Amino acid sequence: MVKYIAKKIGTALLTVFVLATLTFFLVKLLPGDPFLNEKVPQAVQDQQRAYYGLDKPVWEQYLTYMGNLLHGNLGTSLKQVGRNVGDIIKEAFPVSAKLGLAAFLFSELVGILFGILCAQFKDRLPDYILMVVAVLGIALPSMVLGPLLRYLFGVKLMVLPVSGWGSAKQAVLPVFVLAISGIASTTRSMRASMLSVTTQDYIKTARAKGLSPVKVVMWHQFKNSLVPIMTNMGVALASIMMGSFVVESIFLIPGLGKYFVDCVTTLDYPLVMGLTIFYGAFLVTANLIIDILYGVVDPRIRVK
Amino acid sequence: MEKNKILEVKDLKVTFHTYAGNVQAVRGVSWYLNEKETIAIVGESGCGKTVSIQTVIGLNSSRTTDIQGQVLFEGKDLVKEDMKEIRKLQGDKMSIIFQDPFTFLNPTMTVGKQIMEAYREHRKVTKKEAKERTIEILKLISLPDPEKNMKRYPHQLSGGMRQRIMVAMALICDPKLLFADEPTTALDVTIQAQIVDLMKELKTKIDTSIVLITHDMGVVANMAERIYVMYAGQIVEHGEAREIFYNPKHPYTKALLESVPRMDNRSDTPLSSIPGTPPDLIAPPVGCAFAERCPHAMNICRKEQPAYQNFGGEHIAACWLHHPECQKRLSLRRDEHEQQ
Amino acid sequence: MEEKTRIFDEHDFDPIPEQDRHTDTVARQSTSYLKDVWRSFCKRKTALVSLVVMAVILLLVLIGPEISGYDYYSNDYTAINQPPSAAHWFGTDSLGRDLWTRVWMGGRVSLLIAILATIIPYTIGMIVGGISGYFGGKLDQFIMRAIDVLMGIPQLIYMILLMVIMGSGNIWTLVIAMSITGWMSAARSTRGLVLQLRNRDFVVASETLGASPARLIAKHLLPNTMGILVVGMAMMIPSVIYSEAFLSYIGLGITPPNPSWGQLIKTASETFRYYPYQFIIPCIFISITMLCCNLIGDGLRDALDPKLRA
Repeated sequence: MVKYIAKKIGTALLTVFVLATLTFFLVKLLPGDPFLNEKVPQAVQDQQRAYYGLDKPVWEQYLTYMGNLLHGNLGTSLKQVGRNVGDIIKEAFPVSAKLGLAAFLFSELVGILFGILCAQFKDRLPDYILMVVAVLGIALPSMVLGPLLRYLFGVKLMVLPVSGWGSAKQAVLPVFVLAISGIASTTRSMRASMLSVTTQDYIKTARAKGLSPVKVVMWHQFKNSLVPIMTNMGVALASIMMGSFVVESIFLIPGLGKYFVDCVTTLDYPLVMGLTIFYGAFLVTANLIIDILYGVVDPRIRVK
Repeated sequence: MEKNKILEVKDLKVTFHTYAGNVQAVRGVSWYLNEKETIAIVGESGCGKTVSIQTVIGLNSSRTTDIQGQVLFEGKDLVKEDMKEIRKLQGDKMSIIFQDPFTFLNPTMTVGKQIMEAYREHRKVTKKEAKERTIEILKLISLPDPEKNMKRYPHQLSGGMRQRIMVAMALICDPKLLFADEPTTALDVTIQAQIVDLMKELKTKIDTSIVLITHDMGVVANMAERIYVMYAGQIVEHGEAREIFYNPKHPYTKALLESVPRMDNRSDTPLSSIPGTPPDLIAPPVGCAFAERCPHAMNICRKEQPAYQNFGGEHIAACWLHHPECQKRLSLRRDEHEQQ
Repeated sequence: MEEKTRIFDEHDFDPIPEQDRHTDTVARQSTSYLKDVWRSFCKRKTALVSLVVMAVILLLVLIGPEISGYDYYSNDYTAINQPPSAAHWFGTDSLGRDLWTRVWMGGRVSLLIAILATIIPYTIGMIVGGISGYFGGKLDQFIMRAIDVLMGIPQLIYMILLMVIMGSGNIWTLVIAMSITGWMSAARSTRGLVLQLRNRDFVVASETLGASPARLIAKHLLPNTMGILVVGMAMMIPSVIYSEAFLSYIGLGITPPNPSWGQLIKTASETFRYYPYQFIIPCIFISITMLCCNLIGDGLRDALDPKLRA
């Protein structure tokens, strides 16, 4: 287990390093110069470049950047003068994280539950209903479902607020919209996984012990069915965290998504780099935790 | 001496409804088991032996399976019994050792938990008592270092150890009926011998009636008192083990026995095999199922199923060769031969 | 004992001659693989219906813009925000452009991206995965480690970054960004399949008999992996459609005046309350397309996976 975790941590660190390097050099390839402005005298432009260290050779800039990164310094925004990238993240990320994690947990729990129900009632009514729901969930992306639900519950029925962040009521629609595709895909894979475990020999062993169907499902089928779901969780979390950009913009939620979109259009590179690396590192860490949990669920993985 | 029948199966038929058609896996078998007796059901793979015992212990009840006949145990017909009642028996009064310890153990649960599960389910004991019982049973099946090994996962144990775990799992509630479904097939040859020895040893230590299922005549010779020979979902011959081994009547039984390698065979006698494959049980033949592979097949074998002929005692076989009419004609033909 | 009184036919007890016995009768007819797959695919009605619906959508995407009599970019300020009518079947947008034309032009863009951004990364993935699995050894280890690391980077983040660098607003940058970020999982599954097949007897036999790598790949490895990879591709299309809509929605995909489904949805969502048809129409088509691709993928997977056939 120690070896397994060490290996996973190694890969995670390497991933963050590669991500930071790639981001740095890709951003260097960007056409356009943020300080190029005819109205500003050349001397001032040069001074600005020097202030941000852009006059030095690329490799030196790279080393400086990586050095700063190690100290947790993500640089300063170019456009929002004087604002540190770290401060922006500190302010806006908790909102995105709350929204994303709530949607993630909701989608996993509901998806797993639905998947179990589908498998138990295979080819009967509950299975059909839930599978229709699951398929619809996949077919309704957040940019479609979000405005529709916002209109239905916020404008027509007036039971839920149309936008904003802070109260539990305000969170209902965004979390649901963000979770729906995750619910759909988790339901489908949990169903498939449960069904494939049903035909495993060890389920027969459990049944031969005289355990009730509920106990067989709980103690033998469930944990083994969870293994493929766990392998998918990293991807699911990433897609929910990214999907929150769209949901934040639909429901006007003051999360990090807005900054991400803004900095991309205003060529604010330190912010682009900082946010990319931060999101990347966050998701890599989340994946690492999922991988470790995976090792707990499936003892076979630990020795591999 | 009147023996007590503990289990009796009467005219059991099992049909699976599948994608390809209805598979008549078991086509009317009857057998019984006396108290403290060991019997064997032998036959090649796919002959319905596994299906028939899994049906007996109630593992084949699903919407796609059709079961007919009777399974009498303790005055109840298990075929008609409610699943809830059957579950009370499963793992407690009757238990099974499955053939493959690599796939029949749950990979994500420690073996100790898997062993004590049935005991906790049926005896309503505390965790501590269950643990003590588990260690006791692991000592009985001579697993080294029980306390340490019961905390391990299946993939950390060797094949032989895993099969011992399977045995322990089946024995933990002191079952009256023990089914062993090819308990040695999936193991290495050296380990096979260990498991056979263990089973023989256990037979003397516990008061359990055993139904052994195998295609390995060597295992049977060691343990069984009576033998049922199954072919294509039917029993073709039954008798005391000695009778079956030294005086087999059905051509299939003979062929099975001849295909066992023997130490006393001279090296120049070839090991015989049975040509062909068993019939398709979606559309079983009208006549004797073995006819197409039988070296003595006659015209009637294809037309009609043979009835059981009695050879004294318990020994019966279903084969036209032993029909009185056939015997009569054979002797007539022999006489004609001699006259010429 | 009625048996004794029974009268048998004269030849009943004559032996059957050896050559007359059928020891190896094949009881069931075997059908060809593709036929079998097609037959079980057709058994799933949802998949079949989806296939038909997809065909209709593809047809409309191809001929739709041509039959409306309008182009997708000309503004007409005398006819802005008109609801669907005989003149404008899907109505017009805030600049008076014909929505029927724009929806099908948008469909062209979205589906073209979907198809290209599925086939290209899949091909790259299959080549990389195939090489990795076929040759094995150090190369395989290196490629797999690299994929492990690259897959750790969230795809959309990476895509956003690439869009920033290459400049958004055009189909090709989108396809390139998606191809660069999307080949890893295809490579992984191809490698897994090739590794599995590599050790199968028929491949080993063929190799021992001196078949060249090219022949092995063409004759054995490709045909046996194609099925699973096709399912993977069918399942990837909806996620590519989503990615396009996502990027267009946050302003990094197709930019106006060029339409795509994601672009149309973004523009219309701002005025959804007043002109719901502008929003709902492209939504319906994007949803139906994602739904159908999923159902077709499901149908294909079930048809190709004999284990699931009950």
